[in-house]
Amino acid sequence: MSVKTLKIDNKDIAIEEGATILQAAQENGIPIPTLCHLEGVTDVGACRLCLVEIKGTNRLLPACVTEVAEGMEIQTNTEKLQEYRKMTVELLFSEGNHICAVCVANGNCELQDVAIQVGMDHTRFTYRFPDRGVDMSHELFGIDHNRCILCTRCVRVCDEIEGAHVWDVAMRGAACYIVSGLNQPWGEVDACTSCGKCVDACPTGSIFRKGETTAEKERDRAKLEFLVNAREKHQWTR
Amino acid sequence: MDLADLLEIAETQRTKQKPTRVHCCTSTGCRAARSLEVLHNLKSATEAAGLQDQVEVVGVGCSGFCGRGPLVEIDPKNVLYEEVKPEDAASIIDTLKGGTATATQGDLNHPFFSRQLKIVRQHSGKLDPESIEEYIAVGGYRSLYKALYEMSPAEVVEEITKSGLRGRGGGGYPTGLKWATVAKMPGDQKYVICNGDEGDPGAFMDRSVLESDPHLVLEGMAIAGYAVGANHGFIYVRAEYPLAIQRLQKAIQQAKKYGLLGSQIFDSHFDFKVDIRIGAGAFVCGEETALIQSIEGGRGNPRTRPPYPAQSGLWECPTLINNVESFANITAIIREGSEWYASIGTEKSKGTKIFALTGKIRNNGLIEVPMGITLREIVEEMGGGVPDGEVKAVQTGGPSGGCIPASLLDTPVDYDSLMAIGSMMGSGGMVVMDQTTNMVEVAQFYMEFCRGESCGKCIPCRAGTVQLYGMLTRLLKKQATQADLEKLKDLCYMVKETSLCGLGMSAPNPVLSTLRYFTEEYEALLQPPAYLNGKVTAGSVENSEL
Ligand SMILES: Cc1cc2nc3c(=O)[nH]c(=O)nc-3n(C[C@H](O)[C@H](O)[C@H](O)COP(=O)(O)O)c2cc1C
Ligand code: SF4
Ligand code: SF4
Ligand code: SF4
Ligand code: FES
Ligand code: FES
Repeated sequence: MSVKTLKIDNKDIAIEEGATILQAAQENGIPIPTLCHLEGVTDVGACRLCLVEIKGTNRLLPACVTEVAEGMEIQTNTEKLQEYRKMTVELLFSEGNHICAVCVANGNCELQDVAIQVGMDHTRFTYRFPDRGVDMSHELFGIDHNRCILCTRCVRVCDEIEGAHVWDVAMRGAACYIVSGLNQPWGEVDACTSCGKCVDACPTGSIFRKGETTAEKERDRAKLEFLVNAREKHQWTR
Repeated sequence: MDLADLLEIAETQRTKQKPTRVHCCTSTGCRAARSLEVLHNLKSATEAAGLQDQVEVVGVGCSGFCGRGPLVEIDPKNVLYEEVKPEDAASIIDTLKGGTATATQGDLNHPFFSRQLKIVRQHSGKLDPESIEEYIAVGGYRSLYKALYEMSPAEVVEEITKSGLRGRGGGGYPTGLKWATVAKMPGDQKYVICNGDEGDPGAFMDRSVLESDPHLVLEGMAIAGYAVGANHGFIYVRAEYPLAIQRLQKAIQQAKKYGLLGSQIFDSHFDFKVDIRIGAGAFVCGEETALIQSIEGGRGNPRTRPPYPAQSGLWECPTLINNVESFANITAIIREGSEWYASIGTEKSKGTKIFALTGKIRNNGLIEVPMGITLREIVEEMGGGVPDGEVKAVQTGGPSGGCIPASLLDTPVDYDSLMAIGSMMGSGGMVVMDQTTNMVEVAQFYMEFCRGESCGKCIPCRAGTVQLYGMLTRLLKKQATQADLEKLKDLCYMVKETSLCGLGMSAPNPVLSTLRYFTEEYEALLQPPAYLNGKVTAGSVENSEL
């Protein structure tokens, strides 16, 4: 295995070839905010929070899908990046209905975490108060589209780890929403095995367990890692 | 099929042709104005006049002057009739016996025609697009033969590189470089894709080429396949283009029958088949990675690049993807040579470009002009200027482009000059605007388009275009202050710099270019800073818009 050496935020780093900038940063304790990235499933580069500056390119590149290269010089926290990240989070908060005080994920929400990380305390954009639905047809779980940020983590986990592909994205642009089955109520989708991986994958309070009340949602994040390890490395114990 | 067979088909076709040909456009634009009835009446009038031995009435493709259709042209008399009605047909045939036509005669010496230089559209409007024999008679498939038997794949790539051709789909990436990259990639399975999605509002250049000269595109694709080592091509056309699809299907059938597509083309070892893929008509599906996903049967979402399609494209194989007009230039380059091609145009933009000239202008239609011609020459000379009033701006590049003010009309039309003034070549939309046009409304129009066409995958584009649209709407409703204008600019740069694909990256361009040249129109709409206090509640605009 060959090793690449590079600089992230002026720190010298050595990492195996094929690793992403995000992996290199995380291994070296350099925090880069992410939302659509989820360890164990493919990356899609959709949330744009992990954008970094690389010397020699004038485009900002997503750390989660950009491979390291020899001699790269990366900046993860320039003033411009800080400003753009803050705007990204602001856009997310004005896009959905995020009334944290009455959310199952309050205090345990990655969107909140990122907001704190980038220092967002209010949004400069107009709240859109969209009229989106809540689907409670599943026996065990519910999905509140008002809190969905369309990160597609549920889609990828269900497709790539559970192999059921219950979820997908419908429509386009502002009208996008997550669908179950062939746009059926979740409870009527035969393919759903009720494994709950989407609940664990969802970074917000959008997919939750029934009966959970404000600030109760907890995730078993280690479960996904365990499953991936079990499959790839045949480690069957936690 | 060998060269002798090809030449024989050409010869037979030429001898079969009657001394006089009456060309009637049967492309979409003229069809909408009843050109099929005109064609029918022309045919029966010819019979009635007993002229069927000397005169042939041919349904042809688009000649470009679509704004005045249906068009009827008499060859070789070089007479053009405009806005022909079905009842004019008999009198037009009558002119061949000395009568006078009731239809208006067009002026073929007008700069609209005389300033054009036709390479791609050379035979458009002169050939029956449904007849491969007519295409062969004017030299069709000779370039493919030449490439296969007189050139190595590397020589073909070299020739395209030396021609200086740049992609006509908008970005202007050097075509030869793209071909060379795909050619150098290892692997047995490679693909060629022709991008005929054409989603820009107001643009119909590619549709016209496909409808008028489908074999030209197929031949270009086959040459590309030979050059890069691909044996399978896909041509992606939106479902809104049924006539283009139908004519392509027919053309593929005919070419297969003659052994010009399929296995062992011209009895060589080169196989190349072409399949049509019909798109549902989403603007974003013109983005190459989204288009590839769509062909694979998935949701047409762009993915991050690299890897570029040249490295990993359709089913993860090296894939060459070019625009319709790019492919349509290939046969001429192979036939006439790269030096000839490179002698046309400017230093860094070679050849010609087709534009759909529309808006507040006398002569609407498709024009093919050499690169380097100025906007003024196009708008004032060829287009005949604004009917009443003056030019205020010219919009090029559609939703990815920008508005060029009248003061810059002397800018030459080439990739880099347009880029330098904040617009772009794009795929060829060119909309002329007069003094009555409100530039903020123009920006709002394009933003509305992008907002609706965003695929929704990434946040800056999905949510940013909605906010930008809302901000422009509030400005137009006189509900915005200076601070809002600053916010508008900041968000434009954010969306431009952080979006995943070209749609989001260029969506703010119409706003930024109008802000650059028409700031005063934005400022005139602003309210004093105190305005917002208590007057407008947050969300009042956008909620009604969503
Ligand atoms: C949102 C978007 C829409 C596009 N639409 C088209 C299109 O309709 N036709 C086209 O040829 N290229 C389109 N492009 C450009 C293509 O992605 C691609 O660059 C082009 O087809 C490459 O061919 P060329 O090098 O011959 O220009 C579009 C790009 C973007 C980002
Ligand atoms: S998901 Fe819930 S906790 Fe997270 S930001 Fe939205 S409303 Fe707040
Ligand atoms: S439901 Fe949750 S995991 Fe799925 S897209 Fe929405 S926020 Fe992401
Ligand atoms: S920029 Fe727009 S169209 Fe492109 S991936 Fe992002 S949301 Fe989709
Ligand atoms: S984590 Fe990289 S784009 Fe979302
Ligand atoms: S459609 Fe008839 S001339 Fe263009």
